[in-house]
Amino acid sequence: MRIGPEEPCVPGFVSAYPSLAVQLPGATLPWLRRSRDEALERFAALGLPTTRDEDWKYTSVAAIARRVFRVDAASDVSDEVRAVVLLHVIEGTHRMVFVDGHFMPGLSQPAPLPTTLPQGARICSLAQAVEARVDDVESVFASADDAADGFTALNAAFWSDGAWIDLAAGVALEAPVHLLFVTTRSDSACFPRNLIRAGEGASATVIEHHVGPDGASYLSDTVTRIVLGRGARIAHTKLQQEGRKAFHIADVAAEQGRDSAFLSHALAFGGQLSRAAIATRLGAEGCDAKLAGLYVGSGRQHIDHHTCIDHASPRGTSRELYKGVLDEAARAVFNGRVIVRPDAQRSDALQSNRNLLLSEDAEVDTKPQLEIWADDVKCAHGATVGQLDADQLHYLRARGIAEGDARALLIRAFAADALAGIEHGPLRVRLESLLPGALPETV
Amino acid sequence: MGKRSVQLDELISQEYRHGFYTPLDVDDVPRGLSEDVIRVISAKKQEPAFMLEWRLKAFRHWLTMTEPHWATVHHPPIDYQDIVYYSAPRGKADGPQSLAEVDPELLRTYEKLGVPLQERELLAGVAVDAVFDSVSVATTFKEKLGELGIIFCSFSEAVRNHPDLVQEYLGSVVPYTDNFFATLNSAVFSDGSFCYIPPGVRCPMELSTYFRINARNTGQFERTLIIADRGAYVSYLEGCTAPMRDENQLHAAVVELIAREGAQIKYSTVQNWYPGDKDGKGGIYNFVTKRGDCREANSKISWTQVETGSAITWKYPSVILRGDNSVGEFHSVALTNHWQQADTGTKMIHLGRNTRSTILSKGISAGHGSNAYRGLVKVAKSAAGARNYTQCDSLLLGDRCAAHTFPYIEVKNPTARVEHEASTSRIGEDQLFYCQSRGISAEDAVSLIVSGFCKEVFRQLPMEFAVEAQKLLGVSLEGSIG
Amino acid sequence: MLEIRNLHVTVDDKPILRGLDLEVRAGEVHAIMGPNGSGKSTLAYVLAGREGYVVTQGEIRYMGRDLLALAPEERAREGIFLAFQYPVEIPGVANVYLLKAALNAMRRHRGESELDAVDFLALVKGKLKLMDMDEALLYRAVNEGFSGGEKKRNEILQMAVLEPRLAILDETDSGLDIDALKVVANGVNAMRSPERAMILVTHYQRLLDYIRPDRVHVLALGRIALSGGPDLAQDLERRGYGWVEAEAQKRHAASAGGPG
Repeated sequence: MRIGPEEPCVPGFVSAYPSLAVQLPGATLPWLRRSRDEALERFAALGLPTTRDEDWKYTSVAAIARRVFRVDAASDVSDEVRAVVLLHVIEGTHRMVFVDGHFMPGLSQPAPLPTTLPQGARICSLAQAVEARVDDVESVFASADDAADGFTALNAAFWSDGAWIDLAAGVALEAPVHLLFVTTRSDSACFPRNLIRAGEGASATVIEHHVGPDGASYLSDTVTRIVLGRGARIAHTKLQQEGRKAFHIADVAAEQGRDSAFLSHALAFGGQLSRAAIATRLGAEGCDAKLAGLYVGSGRQHIDHHTCIDHASPRGTSRELYKGVLDEAARAVFNGRVIVRPDAQRSDALQSNRNLLLSEDAEVDTKPQLEIWADDVKCAHGATVGQLDADQLHYLRARGIAEGDARALLIRAFAADALAGIEHGPLRVRLESLLPGALPETV
Repeated sequence: MGKRSVQLDELISQEYRHGFYTPLDVDDVPRGLSEDVIRVISAKKQEPAFMLEWRLKAFRHWLTMTEPHWATVHHPPIDYQDIVYYSAPRGKADGPQSLAEVDPELLRTYEKLGVPLQERELLAGVAVDAVFDSVSVATTFKEKLGELGIIFCSFSEAVRNHPDLVQEYLGSVVPYTDNFFATLNSAVFSDGSFCYIPPGVRCPMELSTYFRINARNTGQFERTLIIADRGAYVSYLEGCTAPMRDENQLHAAVVELIAREGAQIKYSTVQNWYPGDKDGKGGIYNFVTKRGDCREANSKISWTQVETGSAITWKYPSVILRGDNSVGEFHSVALTNHWQQADTGTKMIHLGRNTRSTILSKGISAGHGSNAYRGLVKVAKSAAGARNYTQCDSLLLGDRCAAHTFPYIEVKNPTARVEHEASTSRIGEDQLFYCQSRGISAEDAVSLIVSGFCKEVFRQLPMEFAVEAQKLLGVSLEGSIG
Repeated sequence: MLEIRNLHVTVDDKPILRGLDLEVRAGEVHAIMGPNGSGKSTLAYVLAGREGYVVTQGEIRYMGRDLLALAPEERAREGIFLAFQYPVEIPGVANVYLLKAALNAMRRHRGESELDAVDFLALVKGKLKLMDMDEALLYRAVNEGFSGGEKKRNEILQMAVLEPRLAILDETDSGLDIDALKVVANGVNAMRSPERAMILVTHYQRLLDYIRPDRVHVLALGRIALSGGPDLAQDLERRGYGWVEAEAQKRHAASAGGPG
């Protein structure tokens, strides 16, 4: 069954809202209904961003604005979808599978999840958590700032499901949580929303994984909010392998408590237009944030990353490394903001963005920025755009390695650097194994 | 740390040295801006018809524009109808023909500013064009330069005597539609310097313009046009000061540089407009458009600026690297103290093959000063083999100041190599103490460290001005740490 | 030359020195030893006038004057020199430039004419040889990218050029290999003279094998707990600091009327 918009994006969603809202999770909960209503109002007021917005200067979403998208209700899972899920399984993880925005308990492993989890850890679908009136879901919702732009507002109004991961103080999840979002149909729009909360000293690794068929053109508009308590540690890996015609717009934001550590890896391989905003706020003393990213583009792919590291408290440390490999007519945008607020003394921030352009038509626009309002800080950033190093290439060839192999070797080494910080060994190995397929083939 | 601040606070506080006012009989126009005012200005300057036409086109375009607000600077709205757009010391209608005809009061003013116009007293080998409020009052060494075919004169004079050159090049780098302030300038600019270096000539002396705002409620809108013909070389310096006043005054200048094949232009600025007092009252709004065009192959344009004055500085001296193998450079020291704001940087537009650019920016923030580097490095598809290296360093003196870095890098050619590096640091308490324990006063230690920080930029300035710039930096920093 | 009476010093409101007495005469070399945290470096910093070291009681007289009334640079110009334990890096400022600025500040203070570049360089080059240092170090930024040994040598080079009356060497031996230590010690020994006093602050006896002190003091709990001749250092090397500390603790308890 397909519901909703008959008109292009903005007016379409606005007019479809009244009939859709009653079918969305938590429709009978007044607080949630209010939250959705307000989000829709914001969406109607904001519309979709344009290139006149500084944050969207290099990324036009006109192609999304022109389209009519539908919202799919949950349906039976076909064998084809089962095959896709199998293809993307990561062994040794707690797995939650969402198909076209809806949780599929039957595909999730191990089922039922909670029995294999340590005491104090709760992992369920957000719709379940809301329906079961889990304490505090509302407060985590309330702390999320979803007014940043039209896409986050749209998600807040229409979200259909996602993960609710709640770790009590001291709970350490050893196995990563694998959240697999599969979109199957053309012209569909889905709105996953994940809420992750780690209590004092809790720790977990979460993989947020988006996949879809190459032939389908759909919109995936996702929001993830992460709240870290004192001394908590969350490793969040976002793996974007959407279909080649997909639009993927993601917004990940973390709020860090004292001495907490947030480790983010963002890998973007798919989509015709993808954008990931990844932000963390070092909200109390002694926080540690590490943001790494790898984007690989070919064809006419457009890949945009906007990161923001907000040193809002003293003695925070942040390290950021984003790498890009662009082939054919791909275009990448990197915008990294590092803010050091007036009282965030002793902040230590390093930021780096490196890009490899492999073809005449590839293009990159990078804008690393530092905004410093405190004096006792150590901040540096750097950005480079260039080709493979001719000397290195020559050296390898002089040792008898064919040019194509030498290039592939250097590109892989360049890219693998961005994965080096993934602490969970099997996950890192798995991600590294994706590189040969994701990186451009060289002749 | 608190104690250090108190101690360094005591090192204050010398006032702005150039803050005096010279009472003179002036010829000005009523406040406000209209086509009539523009016609009056053009008529006063006895301009040919094409100039008036150009000004009016600019004015009409300006009426359709809005003030830009994207920079990280904040100021109350400017009332463009409350500004006097033309003010000149009264004198002979066509301006003084030689220094002997210049009002002695004016000559004394320039002497007080350390820019004696009498040629015999000049720093050896520096020719000066002195611009006072809206007009050029004197240009020295004109004859000597004339022997080499070099034209160095006020803009008004160039419009009258070399209309063909002006018509060919005016607006060819910064068109009258360029941006709000440049367009305003195009409509009302009153004077400035003009310089043409003929093919193959190496200008034997530094050329310089000294800008002075004197009158109250006036805006200064000067325009400088420098053309280095094939294989020519020129080194050019501008300096600026203004009296201390509680009101803000607007300075919206335009500088256009054109370097033809193999030509080289070195343009240095020591900007010391009145920055306002320690509470942020008064000061010049310095909204300037400076752009160079490496129009043909193997040309080179380099900008060096030391920005210590102005309440607000908004300028991005840029280079369009059109010719193959052309080179663009930008070296900058920008200092903001008290409540000063600076949003400055450069644009390097790589169009030609194997074009190279270097950007070196040093920002120093003290007091409540806010300092932003904003730069664009753009490599077009045509710019195979382009290279850019950018380094931006910020030095913070005090915990209420701010330093921002906004580099925009746009690359459309895979053979380009672009590198950007930036760092932020502060003067450490331990560095100060180390110097002190070697017998060097805290004040000297700060200036020692700041000079060290700026050294690579000062090295780009002509010798005499490097010394001046260093002194200026010392003065501007006084009272900075708190 | 230097008289310290009942010196009490706090850092961040924490008492570090608690009634220290010390007298150093011209021509003498004193070693101040003691365990980590006993207040050795505090004493060095207080003498040089570092901010944040608050004298709450007592006095320091230097050449008959109240030392505490002088700013750090005035102390330096009056002939006090501190060789830093951790010499500071100053990017962009050439080593030679700092040396010249410092020397001429002192010469001006003494009413002597400033040295011109030629005389200055001749002077410095002589001293460089003494310290077995490469001339290239002169033109690098102050301490930037110097190895640990180079930094320490650079400190002694500065001392040799500035010719202080009272030199305080704060842990100058730490982090040095034996060859570097010998070079540093040679430099220091060459500077010994009847007009000059030196205070060597050190944790280990090692440095004292090469620079023989006239007096050795052991600092514990913020006071001089024990003083003696050069042999005391060897004693300490053998027996450690524990017993001195324990005795100081006892005495402290007795004088304070209870455990401090």
